[in-house]
Amino acid sequence: MAQTLAEQILSHAAGYSVQAEDVITASVDLVMAHDSISPSIIKVLREELQAPRVWDPERVALVVDHVAPASSIQTAEAQARLRRFAREEGIGHLFDVGRGISHQVLIEERLARPGMLIVGSDSHSTAYGAVGAFGTGMGTTDIALALATGQTWLRVPETVRIRATGRLQPGVGAKDLGLYVARMLRADGATYRSVEWHGVDFLSIGDRMTLATLSIEVGGKAGLIPPTGPAAADLDVPNWLRVEEGAHYEQTLDVDLALLTPQIAMPSYVDNVADLADVGRVAVDVVYLGTCTNGRHEDMATAARILRGRRLAPGVRMLVVPASSQALELAIADGTLTTLLQAGATIGTPGCGACIGRHMGVLAPGEVCLFTGNRNFRGRMGSPESQIYLGSPAVAAATAVTGYITDPRELEAVDEAEALFA
Amino acid sequence: MATIWRFGADVNTDQIVPGRYAPYMTSEAELPTFAFIEARPEFAKTMQRGDLIVAGRNFGCGSSREYAPLALKLLGVGAIIAPSFARIFFRNALNLGIPLFEADLTHLADGATATLDRATGIVTSGGETITLPPPAAWIREVWEAGGIVPYFRTHGHFPGQAGN
Ligand code: SF4
Repeated sequence: MAQTLAEQILSHAAGYSVQAEDVITASVDLVMAHDSISPSIIKVLREELQAPRVWDPERVALVVDHVAPASSIQTAEAQARLRRFAREEGIGHLFDVGRGISHQVLIEERLARPGMLIVGSDSHSTAYGAVGAFGTGMGTTDIALALATGQTWLRVPETVRIRATGRLQPGVGAKDLGLYVARMLRADGATYRSVEWHGVDFLSIGDRMTLATLSIEVGGKAGLIPPTGPAAADLDVPNWLRVEEGAHYEQTLDVDLALLTPQIAMPSYVDNVADLADVGRVAVDVVYLGTCTNGRHEDMATAARILRGRRLAPGVRMLVVPASSQALELAIADGTLTTLLQAGATIGTPGCGACIGRHMGVLAPGEVCLFTGNRNFRGRMGSPESQIYLGSPAVAAATAVTGYITDPRELEAVDEAEALFA
Repeated sequence: MATIWRFGADVNTDQIVPGRYAPYMTSEAELPTFAFIEARPEFAKTMQRGDLIVAGRNFGCGSSREYAPLALKLLGVGAIIAPSFARIFFRNALNLGIPLFEADLTHLADGATATLDRATGIVTSGGETITLPPPAAWIREVWEAGGIVPYFRTHGHFPGQAGN
């Protein structure tokens, strides 16, 4: 019987053919844990499970990204404990302060590969779907159990298919597609489901990560992009992993990319999405470009193209927090970083930054932020009296220039007009 | 008698325990006092053990932070009843042994008194008797064991694996 990508990967992980709704025990290929949750994971592993060792140190990745560098003695101590744990266990894949956001790093390091089952201590572990891996987020106890046994239990999800056709207009990106899908499916539209994104073969791996990370925002257990198309050409795709004719999709959402315009998620729900054109004039205090959803080199480069030769609007701060050290290096090499700095932006240490309101750019009461991340929940980035709007890197840059939420295509029109009179 | 605490739809884990109040940032001993600290500050101060959370759909969406359901467990929340739960929250709560019932009781008023018999799933409130849909047998087994860790230590395998 034809299977969805989720069914194929979970069949492989279970060792027999499974289908949606089966409750299975599966072998995991990789377990990711980050600094924020690692103290409690180590505690459950050692104290409650009394596991003397992790099942396979080669298949564990530890990342210090959530509060990196440490903001307090307490977080510093927890990170020191994590480093000690890695040494005790012989875990080589420890990515320390400054290397970047777990999801980005695991894909750059090619630890996340097509066909794998990856569990991570982070809800945005759906990110690994960008390379055709079934990535899913779990809590402390599940991660500790996976570390101890190399296994986890799962209910095989039904699949919601997004079927995109056509091409995106200039100024419109993968983020707009992701937000549009949240608008259509709503925050629980794919709860317990896998989200399969078809028709996006032309997207880079980075843009695929944008879609894969946003899959959890519609409740998805995983967000899978078929590992085909030019960006996937050098991925090592197992021969059993491919979109199969006749696989069962519980629901299909058709999207004509050519009709898509910049989208904005307004406070304080990710599915509170409207066309930017209908949002009205919203003045912002902060523009924040970063996160596992949109903090890559290509996102910074998109912003730099718009910011070249321009300055931030008076009174606007722009924080740029690269998703990884590699993204930062690329931004240095091609001049992107210089452009951003010359425009007046501030650069943070690669990692999660202020995404969860812990450090490096926390919002004050009354402040409004245009954020390229994935969640705009009340209080997410700081004060519960602040407001977060989600948008694409291009919208972020255009907004930084004008000081209010702006369609990047408007600025481009200004550029063209100026060129005419030059 | 338990008191009902009514919440709306799409209650997210940033509301249950904001990321800034994680044990990583604060202290584990204080965790229960942070439950709904900004969304509903009186909750942690005045709720009594056994009280029920009754909410709209998609309860617990957002982050994978297990300290969100843990804070509710440490406060002694008797059960959470909502038409649907976000997946990771559902798993985390199940793993911690917190009873969750998928049912829509949002017609019950905030502050109303009620009783819940967890074994039968029978709720009484204001003269009304409601039977909650029973959870799957394997879910009940995990609760009865007191969570996934005791379950695993007793059975030596994960739920659903017994018959394989
Ligand atoms: S960048 Fe934000 S959403 Fe992504 S892993 Fe870090 S905290 Fe989570």
